[in-house]
Amino acid sequence: MAKTHIDKSYEAELGALREQLLEMGGLVEAAIAGSVRAVVERDAVLADLVIRKDKTVNRMEVDIDGACRRILALRQPAASDLRFITTALKIVTDLERMGDLAVNIARRAVDLAQAPALQPLHDLGRLAALSEAALAKALDAFVTADPVKAEEVLEADDHLDALYLKIFNHLLTTMMEDPRTIRRATSLMFSAKHLERFGDHATNLAEMVIFMVRGTDVRHSKNKA
Amino acid sequence: MKLLARRRAVNAAMTVVTGLAVVVALVPLALLLWLVVSKGAAGLSWTFFTHLPTPVGEPGGGVGNALLGTLYLVGLACLVGLPLGVGAGVFLAERGDGRFGSAIRFTAEVLSGVPSIVVGIVAYGLVVVPMRRFSALAGGVALGLLMVPTLARTTEELVRLVPGSLREASLALGVPQWKTSLRIVLRTALGGIVTAVLLAIARAAGETAPLLFTALNNQYWNFAPDQPTASLTVQIYNYAISPYADWHQKAWTAALVLLLLVGALNLTARFLTRSGLPREQR
Amino acid sequence: MTAPADKIAVERLTAIFGKTEVLRSVTTSIPAMSVTAIIGPSGCGKSTFLRCLNRMHELTPGARVEGSILLDGQDVQGRDVDPVHLRRRVGMVFQRPNPFPTMSVLDNVSSGLRLNGIKGDHQATVEQCLRQAALWDEVKDRLRAPAISLSGGQQQRLCIARALAVAPEVLLMDEPTSALDPIATAKVEDLIHELKARYTIVIVTHNMQQAARVSDQTAFLYMGELVEVGATEQIFTNPREPRTEDYVTGKFG
Repeated sequence: MAKTHIDKSYEAELGALREQLLEMGGLVEAAIAGSVRAVVERDAVLADLVIRKDKTVNRMEVDIDGACRRILALRQPAASDLRFITTALKIVTDLERMGDLAVNIARRAVDLAQAPALQPLHDLGRLAALSEAALAKALDAFVTADPVKAEEVLEADDHLDALYLKIFNHLLTTMMEDPRTIRRATSLMFSAKHLERFGDHATNLAEMVIFMVRGTDVRHSKNKA
Repeated sequence: MKLLARRRAVNAAMTVVTGLAVVVALVPLALLLWLVVSKGAAGLSWTFFTHLPTPVGEPGGGVGNALLGTLYLVGLACLVGLPLGVGAGVFLAERGDGRFGSAIRFTAEVLSGVPSIVVGIVAYGLVVVPMRRFSALAGGVALGLLMVPTLARTTEELVRLVPGSLREASLALGVPQWKTSLRIVLRTALGGIVTAVLLAIARAAGETAPLLFTALNNQYWNFAPDQPTASLTVQIYNYAISPYADWHQKAWTAALVLLLLVGALNLTARFLTRSGLPREQR
Repeated sequence: MTAPADKIAVERLTAIFGKTEVLRSVTTSIPAMSVTAIIGPSGCGKSTFLRCLNRMHELTPGARVEGSILLDGQDVQGRDVDPVHLRRRVGMVFQRPNPFPTMSVLDNVSSGLRLNGIKGDHQATVEQCLRQAALWDEVKDRLRAPAISLSGGQQQRLCIARALAVAPEVLLMDEPTSALDPIATAKVEDLIHELKARYTIVIVTHNMQQAARVSDQTAFLYMGELVEVGATEQIFTNPREPRTEDYVTGKFG
């Protein structure tokens, strides 16, 4: 896509939209990293910061939605431009949901910070790293229009699910051994679940990127196979 | 602001100058009309249109035979000139892009520049000499030949003015080419062509020189194509060069009649163009 | 949905003006009872392609055609095919409305019949064609009025009615709305949707959105070559050829 549109203002509008999506992605990435760090390091202040920053993410969702509608109405995009706009419309919803998941984890972090530490949380940190990497890679695939990178995201999701299952079982055992941990363990379990969901959303993004670049729909293809 | 004032002054000056030019140009025309009407109107009467000319000194009489002769000659000229002129014009427009077409176009151009008296000589050689007598036919041929080049060129222009899109529309309906040329293209140009024909007739009716040694003149009514025929123009010429005041008066009146005839044709042509059929396609 | 039968099959069609190849070896097919749009930048051979289909192309001096065009399996360029007869089967509507200026509304519609020597009362045909062209209600009270007294949009629909009157099987439209305002354009586009139930339509258009709106199949021509042909939805959402992509997204042309 080295060629640019003849209409430079159209080119600029598409460029601006791409920038906004990346900026929003960056915010969400920072939010998930911050929220998990708040859990692990028992940092209520950081958690609070993450919660407040979500407003920006929400506002960006509205802005990007508007920009997409505007381009659809005024430019009648076709072919790859059309796929880019429709993809952007959906990506933005996923990103917003991912931001909300970060907020949920941050709320748990506030709770957890007030209670005594339960146990070392290495696995949760690793799960967060995997989710964050998935989002980073999906966004990278989106920017560079690289379907190969997007496919890597799809593959990585399996590791993410496996790790989540491991954390889930571990917390379950903890609760069975000592019912006093149930409250804290449940919070951690929810956080892990949120991270797993976060990964699923990243997978969605990757699928959309593949559609955007190749024009072929890879969603739900696993079910058929 | 100074510039604007200057521009306005120049504009006003130029308006006055061009207006004056118009007035000067119109003066001869007005004079001509005034002279012919003032001198000719006196002799105008019903008998002038219907009676034969009378000898010198005898009162009354008219140019009936000459008026009729002019119409007769023009009619014959149309028989010769219209099919040739219009036909050649349509051919030039529809198929005249080759070498043959340019040859015809060149010939027409040259012909339209030939003095009318030369055309008269040609008709003399073509018709009068073989027939061994002056005749209406010879006059008709002379006038007809005069009409051909201008008619051909104007017809060509008018047919070319018909938008190609109309031709295409017709062809796309499955109409054969010849029918398209005739029923659509020529039909659309018809209003203009009729105007052109009327103007050509008006011009032919005013010709004197080619008639002098073809149709000659005739003191009596004539309907036979192989006999000499009177015409208004030749009659005017004869009256005018005579030494009699009586005939001079008749020359003025006949000139007025001719002017009326030509004027009527021109007005009809103008009217046809205005209410014209071939309107510009928007 | 079963694939509709092909009305026209074009094979290795090359069109030449003098020494210039305007179309180079175009092979495609046009399904019956559907709308095929031809898009491409100016001078890409769109109109020439259209004019080959009813052999109007050959009327231009120095124009030649190679390859074959099969209409219902029969080569339209065959020696035994009369182009005059072919043009009655393959009607055409032009870029600018071109009603016959000397004729009334009524006479324009029936002109194809009358000029082709078909006698009889054409009133019923005229009404039917004007109705089909969605013009009847607007002109029924002034059938005797000169055709050029109609508005541009009405004139174009009159031309469509005129083309329909000779009962063609295929209707070629050469940028039929390029001289019309948006409302008149919408009316003609709506009409195209109606007409495709009965006619095979091929439309050349500069307006890509129009091609997207009215056609079932779209062909993209570029510099005399058929770059891509496919379902309109595919061409405008996911073209296979990079050149098509660049053209429909407005990156060149």
